[in-house]
Order: sequence, then structure tokens, then C-alpha cells
Amino acid sequence: MRYIEPHGHMVSRTTDDYQAMVTAGCVAVCEPAFWAGFDRGSVDGFRDYYRQLTEYEPARAAKFMLPHFSWLCLNPKESEDLGLARDVLAIIPEFLSRPNVLGIGEIGLNRNTRNEMTVLEQHVELAVSHDQLILVHTPHLEDKLKGTQLILDLLGSHRGVKPERVIIDHVEEHTIQRVLDRGFWAGITLYPDSKSSPPRAVDMLEICGRERIWLNSACDWGVSDPLAVPKTAIEMRRRGYGAEFVDAVLYANPLRFLSQCPKFRLGDAPVG
Amino acid sequence: MVDHGFIPVRANLIEVAAFLDRVERHVVSDDFRCVALREAAALLVDGQPERARRILEKLSDPTTEPVAESSGKAALGAWRASAPAESLRRKTN
Repeated sequence: MRYIEPHGHMVSRTTDDYQAMVTAGCVAVCEPAFWAGFDRGSVDGFRDYYRQLTEYEPARAAKFMLPHFSWLCLNPKESEDLGLARDVLAIIPEFLSRPNVLGIGEIGLNRNTRNEMTVLEQHVELAVSHDQLILVHTPHLEDKLKGTQLILDLLGSHRGVKPERVIIDHVEEHTIQRVLDRGFWAGITLYPDSKSSPPRAVDMLEICGRERIWLNSACDWGVSDPLAVPKTAIEMRRRGYGAEFVDAVLYANPLRFLSQCPKFRLGDAPVG
Repeated sequence: MVDHGFIPVRANLIEVAAFLDRVERHVVSDDFRCVALREAAALLVDGQPERARRILEKLSDPTTEPVAESSGKAALGAWRASAPAESLRRKTN
């Protein structure tokens, strides 16, 4: 089996996790910029993080022959300080030409505040003006439904946004169809205690179809499982889906979306 | 489907029941989250489809405008009109 992990916060994981992922069939990992668990205090803190995502982490993954790609942004959890956000967004273009950078993400909302909306709008403008793919984080728990709708409305009102170049992540049963109906890609995140479980993810595929959907583990420093994607293949096979179905969802779908960025290349792999 | 899924879901259902018993025993069952959980659980047996979607919607913030300021970085799992940040904060990622 081959699969792409399109959303993993590998700076938070051990080298053993890289080894386990490659052993399970992972052929590429993509790492969106994330919250460190505390608020960074300066622009230089972010600059160092972007260097980690574009220099150090790809080298660590390469030890296991695993291509590593990244997305850059200031996470919505750190959007309340508008001054710092403005200064951080100003340095992001310095990194966009780096060979493993796929786009702007994971941007979005956390608690659906006005300041978060302001910074989200600035990120979208940055992505459009630099012709970047966009990866969107949707809020947690009771904030997800409202936040998803706010995000859809904001993206829909920007004339430069092309829905086929945007993936809206962490969808659940109450948000997935709204995302797909607007022409965006949808990401299902597999978490032990929140977001989606493997059985629920396969339920959503059965209900909504398998087009424009990827699965990810979003593994980070919290309770999460870097092997959640290949484990979901077991749930698919248990329900009678064949190898072609598994490959289409776990490999060809993310390959199709990510290949819109010319820097995303996996050797001789054809775009599925 | 049932052979594989029944035992884990049976266990989850008993966890829900035990949790509701526990919060009553500890006299915290009027916490807005416990109230929301009981109301959401009622949807399990109303005979209507799309239970997962409807329970998620039941636990969601129904308002539509951005809030003026954050009450904390972490969501709480159920919505109430003016949720203070206080000691209920917990990490979500």
C-alpha cells in the first residue's frame, strides 16, 4: 500500500514516527505551519520556525527517503495580536520560493473572532497575490460549524480564490457537504478523541463520495496517531473496498490536489 | 458491519451512561456541557437519520457573526450564550 500524509506536524514527532510511516507505505509528508503550544513572542521566532520547516525537517525526513513538503502561515491561534501578525506575514514571501513550500496554511479560524477574520483575510490576499495553494484549518468542537461558514463566505467573496486550489480541513459530518458544494476540497482528520475516527471517515466517503477528499492524521504534540491514515485503510478493506479504492483516496486524491503546485513531485509517480 | 462494530460502540454507550451517572453523583450534572450532552443523546433514539450530523449541529454555536474577542484558545465542546473562559480552558489542537 502507498499513501500520502498530507497534514502532519512532524517537528513535534520523533524520528521513530518517520520510520513507522515509511514502513507503512508513506511516500510523502506535508507539514502545515502550526501553533507551538504557546504563543511565539517575536517575528524572529517565526523566522526560525519557517527555517525549521524548510531546511531542517526536510533533511530529517530525507534520512528515510521520505519527501517532506511544508505550508507557511501564522496559525489562527496566534491571530489576536494584529501587529505581530502583520509583521509575520511580511516575512513569509521570503520563504515561498523554497523548494519544499507548497502554499499558505494552515490558515483559518480558531474561536471565530474579528481579529482572526482580519488575519485570515490577509493570508488569503497573500496566497492569491503569490498564486499559492491554500490549506484552511476549521475550528474545533462547537466552533466548527459557524467557523466553517464564515470561512466559506470569506473565500467565496474573494474574486481571486479558485476553489479547486483550496482544501478546507478537519471537516466532519455537519460541514463536509457544505465545503464540497462550494467546489473546495475537503480534508478529514483522524483523531482519537475529536474530529473523525476511521469508521466515521469511511462513512463520510460512502455518503459524500470520494472526489475532492483527502484523509490526514494531523499528528502533532497532542494525542494523535501518525499512522491513522494507513489504519483507516484497514477499515476500508474490512467493509469490502478493494485496493483501487484505498489507493484512490489515500494516494491519488492528495496527489491530484498537491500536484497543482509544480514543486510537488514524487519521482515518476503519475498524477492519479 | 455489526459483528465488528457492535462491541466497541456498546462500550462507548456504557461510557456515556456511566459519565452521566458520575456527574449526577458528584452533583455537577447541571453543567451546561452535561445538559447539552443529555439533549444531544436524545437524538440517538428519535428515529430520524443522520444522527451524527444532527448531534454535531446540536452541540454547535448557532450564531453567525464573528465575536468581538476570544474567550480563550480552546473550545469547550458545547455552546452556551456567553461562555466565560475561566477554569474550563483545556488544550485542543
